Amino acid sequence: MSNKTFRGGVHPEGHKEISKTQPVEVFLPKGDMVYPLNQHIGKPAKPVVKKGDKVLAGQLIAEADGFVSANIVSSCSGTVKAIEERYVASGAKAMSIVIDNDGEFTLAPGIGEERDPEGLSNEEILDAIQMAGIVGMGGAGFPARVKLAPKDPDSIEYIIANGSECEPYITCDDQLMQKEAHAIVGAIKLLMQLFPNAVGVVAIEDNKPDAIATMQGVCNNEKGISVLPVKAKYPEGGERSLIGVVTGRQLRFGQLPAELGCVVCNVSTLNAIYRAACKNEPLMERLFTVSGDAVANPRTMSVKIGTSCAELLEAAGGIKAGCEAAKVLSGGPMMGIAMPSLDVPVCKNNNAMTVMSKDEVELAEKKMTACIRCGRCGHVCPLGLVPQMMAEAAERGDYERYEKKLYGLDCIACGTCTYICPAKRPLMQLFKQTKAAIMAAKRR
Amino acid sequence: MQSFMPIIIATASVAVIGLLIGLLLIVVGNKFKVEVDERVAAVRECLPGNNCGGCGFAGCDALAEAIAAGKAPVNACPVGGAPVGEKVGRIMGVTAEEKERLIAFVRCSGDCETVARRSNYVGIRDCASAVGSGLNPWACDHGCLGLGTCAAVCPFGAIKVDKGVAHVDRDKCMACGKCVAACPKHLIELVPESAQYAVQCASRDRGPAVKKVCSAGCIGCKLCTKQCEFEAITVENNIAHIDYSKCTGCGKCAEKCPAKIIRSKAERM
Repeated sequence: MSNKTFRGGVHPEGHKEISKTQPVEVFLPKGDMVYPLNQHIGKPAKPVVKKGDKVLAGQLIAEADGFVSANIVSSCSGTVKAIEERYVASGAKAMSIVIDNDGEFTLAPGIGEERDPEGLSNEEILDAIQMAGIVGMGGAGFPARVKLAPKDPDSIEYIIANGSECEPYITCDDQLMQKEAHAIVGAIKLLMQLFPNAVGVVAIEDNKPDAIATMQGVCNNEKGISVLPVKAKYPEGGERSLIGVVTGRQLRFGQLPAELGCVVCNVSTLNAIYRAACKNEPLMERLFTVSGDAVANPRTMSVKIGTSCAELLEAAGGIKAGCEAAKVLSGGPMMGIAMPSLDVPVCKNNNAMTVMSKDEVELAEKKMTACIRCGRCGHVCPLGLVPQMMAEAAERGDYERYEKKLYGLDCIACGTCTYICPAKRPLMQLFKQTKAAIMAAKRR
Repeated sequence: MQSFMPIIIATASVAVIGLLIGLLLIVVGNKFKVEVDERVAAVRECLPGNNCGGCGFAGCDALAEAIAAGKAPVNACPVGGAPVGEKVGRIMGVTAEEKERLIAFVRCSGDCETVARRSNYVGIRDCASAVGSGLNPWACDHGCLGLGTCAAVCPFGAIKVDKGVAHVDRDKCMACGKCVAACPKHLIELVPESAQYAVQCASRDRGPAVKKVCSAGCIGCKLCTKQCEFEAITVENNIAHIDYSKCTGCGKCAEKCPAKIIRSKAERM
């Protein structure tokens, strides 16, 4: 019997084998560390250090400014060099704290103190998450403290650990599940304490048999936590598709997961939650995949937040000999965004960088032609939207139709429509831009 | 004789019905009469009829109504300029205030020879899309992207993109302001036609950073402010700006500018 899945979706080539066979090593950066203040959704954090201050690894350097915001913690020891605008992976400039790394990684006092997970109260768990500055590490960057404090905690029935990792090339969640299965399950148990009526489900795509076996081994002894292998298909890991697959409940347009009694967390986020609550370790590092057909030694590394992508590419052997790199993406090839420079830091919600060779990019950048109304985009959209009509409305500037009639604001920008389009229309870019324009007009 | 009777009856009855309906129309017409200001139609006749919306009203009809109602000045049409303002003024019985013609001006001259390249943008050919994607074809964060969004919205075909930077045709520009609103980099402004000199750069970066990416960029050296005897030129946020009301057009600032980005009318073309 084939595993459960959602309606729509595509099957891009995975290319995961090239990095997942390599062991995960800890990478210690040598250069300056950059911490953008807006590594999360919501208000940028407020710096609490100033130029010239000495900081230790694990020390708070910027605090949450308001409810929907997150703390930022230094991942190295050294001196604050500047608080200035720096480029981030999106190509924009963001206010960032730059720390001159002394290479010692001296920990601040109290970091790494073991705590008994059994004896923690709900407030202590939430405070630890807040202090550690944990955000959704699967990509969205939504502050975890806010997500885990819904109006009615008793109404939550499912805690879904998202280990589907459907994006091609990326293997960091796969390798994390094999390495830190106990921590992930430990975090699910902490969340089950917050949401007493919930069961835990670890959803993993069936192309990761090792991760499924490891997680199953740990979950067997735990009451109320199960592993659910799901069909390998893109975008299985999208929150909305995954809720449908796991619970059979379908989120309506504009509905939030909590309204259907679900909380979805990426496995990296769960690992960070466990470390924050039980080891008093704030969010300083994460697993990060450097892959792509132009990389010499594609691999997943345990990297400090704030490390420059240039250093990481070097650590992965740099560009393959005889290969011309044409595009560097922050993230994978489906949802990733092209980086304007390698000199950008790894943020909390970045899970990979993909370096693509000229051949592969040329393959993807065929000339755009007119829409032939084949309807394939609507067929594969995991949300059941009609990208063809959305594009028409967006191009005409009919934002009202885009939003109210076509529910275009619910688009998750997964890129499935762009992938399948035989006319090579840049649909995802158009939708992202239209969404941004509508949101900007609403704020005004 | 008998054969003519039906014809006479038919003719008479149609005539009577016609008369009755005519009377009814006169009565109803008087009762439901809508007062129309004749001046609206007259003013509308004078307006250019491009419906560009540059005046801020929804097309020429809306502007004619607003002028007749006294809600807009007689020279509100930026496209028609002074001649149309005068004509409309005659209809409305007022003299139009003196208003100088404005011309759109792109505050960037960084073309493919002066600005360094950064990334190879292959997405939607539209400046706002490029800004949204975070990929800038050019190394300067502030300059013209050269994808021609302004040229696409110009109703008069006055903007052309050449070598990666937008150029305004001074004769064709009617100052409707559509490009000003469309430019995602906010590079276009409307300057008076008589303005002799203008700063053709918008980079707010510091000098060394500008030099690194562009040979036609304002480095904020303030040499121009020292030259100006009329305090018409100021440097704020590392970029020079000329107050056109104070500028006398002596050209001393342009002479001294090391980057040669203070340009005269002729050079700006």
